[in-house]
Amino acid sequence: MIRRTVLTTALTAALAAIAIPAAAQDALRIGVEGAYPPFSSTSSDGTLVGFDIDIAKALCAEMQRECELVQQEWDGMIPALKAQKFDAIVASMSITEERKRQIDFSDKYYQTPARVVAPKGADFEGTPEGLAGKRIGVQRGATHQCYAEKMFPDAEIVLYGSQDEVFRDLALGRVDAQLSDSLIAKEGFLDTDAGADYEFLGGDHLDIECYGEGVGIAVRKGEEELRDALSAAILAIREDGTYAEINDKYFEFDIYGGRPAAE
Amino acid sequence: METLLSYIPLDIALIVDNFDRFMYGVWVTLNLTFLALLLGGLLAIPMAIARASKHPVFNPLIQIYTYVFRGTPLLVQTYLIYYGVGQFDVIRNSWLWDPVLSSAWWCALIAFTLNTAAYTTELLRGAIADTPTGEVEAAIATGHSYRSRMRRIILPSAFRRAIPAYSNEVIFMLHGSVIASTITLQDILGVGRWLNGRYYLAYEGFITAAVLYFLIVLCITWAFRWFERRYLRHLIRRSEGETPDITPAPVA
Repeated sequence: MIRRTVLTTALTAALAAIAIPAAAQDALRIGVEGAYPPFSSTSSDGTLVGFDIDIAKALCAEMQRECELVQQEWDGMIPALKAQKFDAIVASMSITEERKRQIDFSDKYYQTPARVVAPKGADFEGTPEGLAGKRIGVQRGATHQCYAEKMFPDAEIVLYGSQDEVFRDLALGRVDAQLSDSLIAKEGFLDTDAGADYEFLGGDHLDIECYGEGVGIAVRKGEEELRDALSAAILAIREDGTYAEINDKYFEFDIYGGRPAAE
Repeated sequence: METLLSYIPLDIALIVDNFDRFMYGVWVTLNLTFLALLLGGLLAIPMAIARASKHPVFNPLIQIYTYVFRGTPLLVQTYLIYYGVGQFDVIRNSWLWDPVLSSAWWCALIAFTLNTAAYTTELLRGAIADTPTGEVEAAIATGHSYRSRMRRIILPSAFRRAIPAYSNEVIFMLHGSVIASTITLQDILGVGRWLNGRYYLAYEGFITAAVLYFLIVLCITWAFRWFERRYLRHLIRRSEGETPDITPAPVA
């Protein structure tokens, strides 16, 4: 009898696994990056960890949906979403006009400014004039590519597949400076051994055209129901303290930023 | 025309606006590919001779080299040179770092050259070893020394016979050169990825890149067809009993 139950359970599970993806309560597939610490990285045993990962799991728990994390390289993220490789992106993706033409976003779940990082005691300033003729490392497809090309037209913008590679080449001196999210730069580079001889150059960079209204969760156009459910879940975990709990695991201050994104 | 274009699900204007960038990408791709082929080819000739003549010292060494470079993916070789080498302080503090290994272009050129040299060595070695015995015997009979035999009979004959196989190597190298875009270079694919990164439109960048690569391969194929017609004419097999060039013209 027990045997039969086990068998039935196994069969049900197997059937569930091959069920048609369109069914309403199937696992929600979430695209994540895994090379963007401390938001998203792959630990030594291969599991995904980070702020984005924890937020994604918390949102799934809040929405009472089963979730499956799908790892995807950054510059293929939007094409993969559109090609239905997954249904939502939780990968520190800023809500920008350019991206909104392709996909839709939930309300923001955090917002931090971008900053330039250069070697300590660099003989140039973090201004458009100071960075003219310098090589600035930027992650390809990130909002920083848009901003760097707009703000530093006289600099040579060097594009990388992942933020990790930008830091690696900055440490090797292949680029003179880099532009990225300030938190990423601090936690992922400046606070590590490799970044000991580097510091922020100049102040915060905020720009509505390139950086938009903060970081949101991307869904395909036309998926209003999912988008609104995600926005509601973000508000809910903000209110019940789950967000604060995750936030404090990684950061010393609340990274949610000011008021929620304007409609 | 306007209405026709609106049916194509591509942002043509965006491609046209960024055509300069794509042309620059073509230049980067071509100069990397053909410089690597040239340098790799020059390295391959002495190595192929050493391999074919079974030189006691060089032959095993070169064999190890071609095994390693043909046995590992070009992407891995490029990463090893670009990211791997930078880990060593000794190299970073040497003269090799500043003008050469710190530059993505040089790293790509070195990786591509070593890779194509390995393939070309084996390809030429085969062609040399396949030289018809009659040609070699005739050379010996007419009093050619080893050196002059190699230079005047064997190599010219082997080079000609290697042309068809070498055209594959050239196309493989061109396609392999997309790896340059993974180490920050703005080659054709690099520009395609830039466009995707900037405007989040995958098709526009990648289709343009695909078309450009296709056109280059078309040119390469034509060039090799011309070479083959010119330099392999003596090897074109005529069918049994046919006498050349006296087929009567068709009666009008």
